[in-house]
Amino acid sequence: MSEAVSKGAGPIRRILSEPLGVVGVVLVLVVVLGAVFADVLATVDPSSISPRDRFLPPSLAHPFGTDHLGRDLFSRVLHGSRIALAVALFATAASLSIGIVLGLIAGFGPRWLDALLILLFDSVKSFPTVMLALALVTLFGPSLTAVIVVVVLVNVPGYARIVRTQTLSMKDADFVAAAESMGAGFSRILRVHILPNAIGPLLILASMDIPVVIAIEAGMSFLGLGVRPPTPSWGAILNDGFTAIRDTSWIAVAGGLPIIVTTLGFTFLGETVRDVFDPRLKVR
Amino acid sequence: MSVLSIEDLCVTYSTSTGDLRALRNVTLDVPRERIVGLVGESGCGKSTLINAILGLLAANGRIDHGRILFQGRNIAELSADELRAMRGPGIATVFQDPMGALNPVFRIGRQMINIQYRSKLSRAEKANRAAETLRSVRIPDAEAALKRYPHEFSGGMKQRIAIAMALMMKPAILIADEPTTALDATLEVATIELLQELQRDIGCSMLFISHHMGVIAELCDDVVVMYAGEVVESGTTRQVFLQPRHPYTRNLIRCDPARQHTRVRQLPTIPGDLPNLRSRPRGCIFAPRCEMRKEICEEPPPQDVSNGHMARCHLAVEH
Amino acid sequence: MLYYTLNRLALALVIVSVVMLLLFSMIYLIPGDPAAVALGPRATEAMREALRVKIGLDQPIWVQFWNFFTSAWTGDLGREVLSDRPVAAVVLEQLPFTMALIFSGVGWSVALGIPLGCWAAVKRNSLADHIVGVISVAVIAVPSFVVAIYALLLFAVTLRWLPAIGAGESGNFFDQLVHLILPSLAVGIGWVGYIARMVRASMLESMGAQHVRTARAFGLPESRIVYQYALKIAILPTITLLGVGIGQMLSSAVFAEIVFARPGVGKLVYDAILTRNYPLVTGTVLVTTVLFVLINLLADLIVGMLDPRVRSGL
Repeated sequence: MSEAVSKGAGPIRRILSEPLGVVGVVLVLVVVLGAVFADVLATVDPSSISPRDRFLPPSLAHPFGTDHLGRDLFSRVLHGSRIALAVALFATAASLSIGIVLGLIAGFGPRWLDALLILLFDSVKSFPTVMLALALVTLFGPSLTAVIVVVVLVNVPGYARIVRTQTLSMKDADFVAAAESMGAGFSRILRVHILPNAIGPLLILASMDIPVVIAIEAGMSFLGLGVRPPTPSWGAILNDGFTAIRDTSWIAVAGGLPIIVTTLGFTFLGETVRDVFDPRLKVR
Repeated sequence: MSVLSIEDLCVTYSTSTGDLRALRNVTLDVPRERIVGLVGESGCGKSTLINAILGLLAANGRIDHGRILFQGRNIAELSADELRAMRGPGIATVFQDPMGALNPVFRIGRQMINIQYRSKLSRAEKANRAAETLRSVRIPDAEAALKRYPHEFSGGMKQRIAIAMALMMKPAILIADEPTTALDATLEVATIELLQELQRDIGCSMLFISHHMGVIAELCDDVVVMYAGEVVESGTTRQVFLQPRHPYTRNLIRCDPARQHTRVRQLPTIPGDLPNLRSRPRGCIFAPRCEMRKEICEEPPPQDVSNGHMARCHLAVEH
Repeated sequence: MLYYTLNRLALALVIVSVVMLLLFSMIYLIPGDPAAVALGPRATEAMREALRVKIGLDQPIWVQFWNFFTSAWTGDLGREVLSDRPVAAVVLEQLPFTMALIFSGVGWSVALGIPLGCWAAVKRNSLADHIVGVISVAVIAVPSFVVAIYALLLFAVTLRWLPAIGAGESGNFFDQLVHLILPSLAVGIGWVGYIARMVRASMLESMGAQHVRTARAFGLPESRIVYQYALKIAILPTITLLGVGIGQMLSSAVFAEIVFARPGVGKLVYDAILTRNYPLVTGTVLVTTVLFVLINLLADLIVGMLDPRVRSGL
């Protein structure tokens, strides 16, 4: 596919040489710019209630219409993107760090610990995410923290596995033994020998996980397990739309559309990143 | 009339980095009831030749020139259905890798019955024929073997099953692509003898492909030597082995492990690598590795024929 | 095959036991007093104490766990707090609805995904292949609850083609089927993408295999080579994928049941958590886990049945 572009071309050019990558970049840019310039683009306060303006269809004043409390949906969607992206970034970073640490523990630790962690990873990975979310919310109550904890639990196994595999293959390699005997510190082995090899697959997985994180946040907020009202979140808007679905369809459309745009954008981008940087992982 | 005759065949693959000329002006003839050996290192175009004969070239491969005649009919002019009808009863093939040649998730019996799909026999009769053929290649307890899966057999057994499948077709010609390479030496001898015996029984012709000179000498009536997609020498086995005319053939015979009388640390090899088929030299294709290379070798070599013994070389030795 | 089956079965039992332990510790950690929740604010301390004794909360923790563990294995999941009915009965009552939803979702996504994947593999690198690829990625990416809401909005509310809520009149098969269409769409659509991708990848692999070349060299019809020889091998990873994916399918089922106000295990556990009906929560989660493990086991056994190498390999 990307044979027209030489191997030496910059990563961004290589992504942009794929049609799917271009679509992904455009969609992601729309969402990111919307989040960054939310205050400029939407001058109405996303939480200001105006009962006289309930259920208004889209107009110049309210591009996406208004919800059951008369709040401006355009503004809510734009501010909702901040929540979605912030959760995506923070939760992915947290999963990455915890995943790396657990992967190292599994790789360098004793056999029984490794086996135990793998068993845990497998069970968490195969357990229905919603059940996990419901259970956690029962323990801690609905909050943004609960969302992040769920995301971390669901995503950590993937990163940990990559690091573990890399560590195990490095552990036996002669040069690590040599480095160890020469008194190189643990952090040096990690920095020099393990991370450089694992960083590619880790970043690829992270880029593929972002849409999953966004879906989890929206899903939990939709169920009322995530962000508390009146904070605008796409999932919460979708829930408002669901509740009012017989009065107006605009709220549901406004809540769902950004979720579709963002998950599609990040997925297309993630797929392209993977195809461009690691053809071995290519599934399609 | 020859069963299979290939005339001046050129096959090219178009790839993203340019055209790859896999076969150039290949001519060979498999007469009725004779065994023709095809010798060459890996990468000399043997697989492409088989695929071309079977009409199974990859989508990016094409025949630019020449023709392949099977029983006098040009296979390029056959329809897809006629080609399919030719594969099996006309030309049966035993492939190199016995491990992968059988489908792992179907019983041997099912696979042997499936390939008889053209026959009007009942299922039970087809199974009987399959068992009978398995017995003829000395698979013990043939009826039980039909109920087993490929992975339950050893490599040698699988190769004999593959041979049985090919022979069950009673083909006009059998193509055997390195059928013994994956086997150990004792099995190799047994397999060769089996092939020889069966070829006599059925009365088919055979194109036997190998890089093992000793086996070729043992089994074949005629020999064709290929190098980098070209036929560099051809003649009767006697001619080619006793009086090799092309330097490459002489090298091959010298490097054959079976000819090493004294123990050596390292088997002799021909120095140098196969040429790049995307940009082949204008002159002799073997010249870059040839120890006898002269200035004239920069020019395309003539096809020198004497007594039906062909060599494509400026310096072909006269006998 | 026997050894393989026993091996899988043992693993399944271990997983269920581990989940029981986790569930129990979760319930134990939950803040708040289940007795107080169950009896409401007007209950006296004596009444609450009586209930605590009744459901065993006064016992030491390990006794509580042992009771929980043993009675769960015998099918006694306790009584739910609100109506005092046996949890097992309540869950089993709802289970068929969820099963119908999941199996119909799997059914139609397999029925569509496998041919799509095959088609894409046969027409490799054609426009059709690229289109199938992009659509697969897209349907995997979009969360099922968004699909559910949009489907509800379009087909039930706006077009009024299909019913919006409930599971249909009991005993009326056609009505139930009609009510299943939209939820099943939401549960299955992502799986069309997963399956099509998986089948395409494994078809390409098995079509390139040596034995397919052998089959061609014997002149077997191409359709037979593709749909028998190659597909039977290509289908194996897909079955494994479905077995593992049943958990995610349960997630989609929870959303679908809530959006379409459909009875089922997902809706049951959601409502139970909102009302702090803990015995019902543990019971439902336990039953779904067992179900999940059983389906996983089933997938493994089907693969073992189809692939002789797996059977004798273990």
